[in-house]
Amino acid sequence: MSSPTAIETPSRRRVLARATAPAPAVAATGLHTISLLVRDAPGVLVRVAMVFSRRGYNIESLVVSASAESGFSRMTVTCSGDGAILEQMIRQLAKLIDVVHALDHTTSDRFETEIALIKIRCAGALRREALEVAEHFNAKVVDYAPESVILRVYGSSEKLDAMVSLFAPEQIVDLVRSGKIVMARALEMT
Amino acid sequence: MEPKLPTGAEKLIQCLEREGVEYIFGYSGGAAMPIFDALVDSEIELILVRHEQGAAHMADGYARATGKPGVVLVTSGPGATNTVTGLLTAHMDSVPMIVLTGQTITSMLGKDGFQEADVTGITYAVVKHSYLVKKASDIPRVTREAFYIATSGRPGPVLIDLPKDVTQGPCDAAFVDEVHLPGYTVPSHGDPAAIRRAAELLQNARRPVLYVGHGAVISGAGKSVIRLAEKLRAPIVNTLLGKGAADETHPLHLGMLGMHGTAYANKAVDHCDLIMAIGARWDDRITGKLDEFCLDAVKIHIDIDPAEFGKMVTPDVAIAGDARLVLEEMIPLVTSGDTRDWLDQCEAWRQRYPLRYAKQGGLRAQHVLDRLHAVSRGDAIITTDVGQHQMWAAQFCLSTTNRHWISSGGAGTMGFGFPAAIGAQLGCPDKKVWAVVGDGGFQMTQAELATASIHKLRTKCLIVNNNYLGMVRQWQELFFDNRLSGVDLVGNPDFVKLAEAYGVKAWRIRRPADVDRVLAAAHAYDEGPCVVVAEVVKEDNVYPMIPSGAPISRMIIEKPKEPLEKPTGST
Repeated sequence: MSSPTAIETPSRRRVLARATAPAPAVAATGLHTISLLVRDAPGVLVRVAMVFSRRGYNIESLVVSASAESGFSRMTVTCSGDGAILEQMIRQLAKLIDVVHALDHTTSDRFETEIALIKIRCAGALRREALEVAEHFNAKVVDYAPESVILRVYGSSEKLDAMVSLFAPEQIVDLVRSGKIVMARALEMT
Repeated sequence: MEPKLPTGAEKLIQCLEREGVEYIFGYSGGAAMPIFDALVDSEIELILVRHEQGAAHMADGYARATGKPGVVLVTSGPGATNTVTGLLTAHMDSVPMIVLTGQTITSMLGKDGFQEADVTGITYAVVKHSYLVKKASDIPRVTREAFYIATSGRPGPVLIDLPKDVTQGPCDAAFVDEVHLPGYTVPSHGDPAAIRRAAELLQNARRPVLYVGHGAVISGAGKSVIRLAEKLRAPIVNTLLGKGAADETHPLHLGMLGMHGTAYANKAVDHCDLIMAIGARWDDRITGKLDEFCLDAVKIHIDIDPAEFGKMVTPDVAIAGDARLVLEEMIPLVTSGDTRDWLDQCEAWRQRYPLRYAKQGGLRAQHVLDRLHAVSRGDAIITTDVGQHQMWAAQFCLSTTNRHWISSGGAGTMGFGFPAAIGAQLGCPDKKVWAVVGDGGFQMTQAELATASIHKLRTKCLIVNNNYLGMVRQWQELFFDNRLSGVDLVGNPDFVKLAEAYGVKAWRIRRPADVDRVLAAAHAYDEGPCVVVAEVVKEDNVYPMIPSGAPISRMIIEKPKEPLEKPTGST
């Protein structure tokens, strides 16, 4: 349960000495992207995951990788949950001793990408169709077997979703996605 | 010949000595044996407890009474898991504590060895931070970091899990003085612009309230709270854990607010036009129904932990910093406020709704606690357990001095009061220390009578015995049609005989006329621990009461005549 929206009573207005307070920003419930710089310490992944689970957030994807500085890792988390508690949850993440910083990149000016490997069952005539889709999405065939191909595609998560949706579910033998990674543009910190 | 290297355990104990540790509260066992062995040659005194939960609460009481971190040493597996309740208690109430747990040898980790438990895994949710030490050479760094983390910023418990081969093997690392924790920053002074804005709002307010919590106790902000209140002419209220930060007998102080706070404190909060939290976190016991809490008031929140901002209440101004430092910068910015009508109104509420209890119909807990306050002249350290006695003690034993009130607030841990008093007594040997406990909670850690007795501590324990789990019984009476379930403690021992079996002096009070005489005798008793058993009326209720989940305006001041709806709050 989030805190109630402040109602502008005459008494509050008098003390605040202004006619109206700015409308409180309530982020929509949906997918959020959070980037964390963490110490490369045992247990850090559990501690981070516990903040999400305790606040009722569902982790859609999680990428842990090396960062520019040795001894530190980068985590990119795509998650869904109550937008109203996002800011407070990020502060709880930042509070962890091993978290150097936690930033919300849901609406920031950033570049984001994801990579997917899609294994398609496509013997005979279906193969041409699969290759056409691949070409359209700039995907590369990285494995060419008698009854299947593996396509590698990268781009925005939405582009990957669109490509996957073009295949019938029974045609997709396997799907592995890297999860989204983001980087702030220009000299902003990610 | 090269000098022999110390073992990991010896190095650990040397590190603890460098941190100024006086006492370790502990219980031995296989995986911790190298550490207990190293303790033999140390100046640090081991307080051998009777159950590890007791050790954790003693360390907690020691820490709350002194401000220094309490240290616990236990073995692996069940020894470690028995401290989990103590960790939760300390974590919820921001108490600095170091818990050292023995662990199976590193090569056996994860293989279900004897007395192995994934202790760091079990405790993630109840520690500020934790370590599993894999190399003896990490011991000096980890120990230094643990003490720094436990005691700085918003304090909390830190656990160090120590495999036996690590403590038994050689340690060639040097002592560490500097910590390097790039992910850990501690706010101190607060943002000057936010402090200026807060001062402006305080100046504009006509009905301000200063709401003081445990953060003010921890930072020692009490005198600054009083100075600010006097300058603004603003009333003060405090939380259960904020008791003692600012003198509760000060004329501007309205006592405790919240579920069982005074009616006048709650009325003030319900009618204020500005409320400033000073090291308090808008707990559900304080706000009642959040959607209706202080809708008419501007909210300022001072907290050293920025993660508290917006968790319960969205503040108009948030100031991340140490309560005392922030207030000291705020005080010069305010001048006397126009609050005469407001103070008159608060005073009228105080006169109209005083705390009261029946003087007839047997021995009342409130009477005993009221007199305990008088006998101890407000100068004793009082610890409590959890339940009705806790709330009555909070209402009647007004705290005048910082760190003289010790109670499990956030966790509400039964079994806390008596061991916490033992820890407080060791930390403050010249103080009179009273544990106020109920018959239920006392029995959860009563074996620590042995610990108090062996060390001839002058800890005094008042057992308020109504042979019930009184608070739950009160709720069942009020909200569950008096269908009593799981609250009758039939089979309680004779607590006087129980104390005597441990060699502890004990008295019993049955009649109101005996209260003063027995309490005075117990207060003066100097030869060792003592127990006073007050056999109080079985059925009595704590009022005022705000049913959980109800708005403050629905406070029940006296026993209701109509049946009440079931509360909708969490607990």
